[in-house]
Amino acid sequence: MTPSRDLVARVAAGAVPAIGRMISRAEAGSPEARPALAEIYRRAGRAHVVGLTGVPGSGKSTLVATLTAHLRKAGQKVGVVAIDPSSPYSGGAILGDRIRMADHVCDAGVYIRSMATRGAMGGMARAALDAVDILDVAGFDTVIIETVGVGQDEVEIARASHTTVVVSAPGLGDEIQAIKAGILEIADIHVVSKCDRSDANRTLTDLKQMLTLGTLTAGRTEWRVPVIGLSAYKGEGFETLMTAIGNHRRVAFETEAGARRRAAIARFRLEKTAETLLIERFTRGAAPVAGPLAERLSTRDGDPYGLATELLEQALAPHASGAST
Amino acid sequence: MSQPIRVLLAKVGLDGHDRGVKVVARTLRDAGMDVIYSGLHRTPEEVVTAAIQEDVDVLGVSLLSGVQLTVFPKIFKLLSEQQADDLIVIAGGVMPDEDVAAIKEMGVREVLLQDTPPDLIVSTLRRLVAERGER
Repeated sequence: MTPSRDLVARVAAGAVPAIGRMISRAEAGSPEARPALAEIYRRAGRAHVVGLTGVPGSGKSTLVATLTAHLRKAGQKVGVVAIDPSSPYSGGAILGDRIRMADHVCDAGVYIRSMATRGAMGGMARAALDAVDILDVAGFDTVIIETVGVGQDEVEIARASHTTVVVSAPGLGDEIQAIKAGILEIADIHVVSKCDRSDANRTLTDLKQMLTLGTLTAGRTEWRVPVIGLSAYKGEGFETLMTAIGNHRRVAFETEAGARRRAAIARFRLEKTAETLLIERFTRGAAPVAGPLAERLSTRDGDPYGLATELLEQALAPHASGAST
Repeated sequence: MSQPIRVLLAKVGLDGHDRGVKVVARTLRDAGMDVIYSGLHRTPEEVVTAAIQEDVDVLGVSLLSGVQLTVFPKIFKLLSEQQADDLIVIAGGVMPDEDVAAIKEMGVREVLLQDTPPDLIVSTLRRLVAERGER
């Protein structure tokens, strides 16, 4: 086994097998890879991270493919991290996002990696941000994260990307859907896909009205969220989207609001990583002590909050290791 | 903490029959593996590039069109150019016995033909990955 440290230089040189292996090590989450990932993180920070999210079947993968083609034409190298769900039952996954991206597979300026959620919530995979850093260090100018098909409140992507694009498809709801809280709030850019369909205008209008309401109540001015209609079938709307992404990139990297956003991204990353470490520690510590407490709960010798507090104290006690007791 | 086995299932060439490969994909998913499906009509170059970018443990090529003696030499040549010789390559589908022997000679580790029970597909992959060890 090649030590992870030795992979870093090859990742920085853009060697595809090294990039692939490094992402696998990040996914495995083994302590052996941590110094290498630390080195990667120190060197990263150059790439524009674009998050792409929307309901299942809204056309995210198709959009990623077309967007990638346009970014390539503009001379950029493009990394893609495409996330699909793991089965809550078997833990397995079918990762099918590559199928829509077939045109780019043999282009050396494009790197596509599929990832399964493996139990992570929020529409992301735990190692997705590590993968973004790895692609950043490997010289990809834009890294696109495609989330799983989301419902209404998987909004984590907005806390991890410089530019968040929310894809809506026509025919999925009325103007009341559009004023609800959740996913529609997080967009820096709204895209309505499948605009070759006759009911697309309605969706465009609903979203625009929703945004106008928001401006009336909150008065946000530093970035006007555009609503862009797209048709991958007719090839329409992509120039407008490219311009919007370019403009938002400047906001993200050159303005005060962008600097605040990047600081918030770091804060989120810090807390999320701490949460992962805490869960690992808790899971290890809880394994030997949870049984008796659960037994007491099931015989009503104690209540959920009281026993859970006890479990936390025991699991996270400094001497709890999981091996002893 | 063991990681799920990662598999790329690929259809190569002008072969439009993907019922079988989808059944295999579902079987492996239900056995807890991460399965990446390439879609139809891929070239050997596309399949090898995808396998390396995705850093899969196993590349499974499904063939019902009789092109195995053309496709596998190309795949193995590309893999060795990329120094990805630790990738486990298996084949599935329908083919004559003499072709099975020929592609095994080239480096295909197992050939799982159309009557292979699902459990055997799963156990074969697990065995091959265990034999390879850490990488």
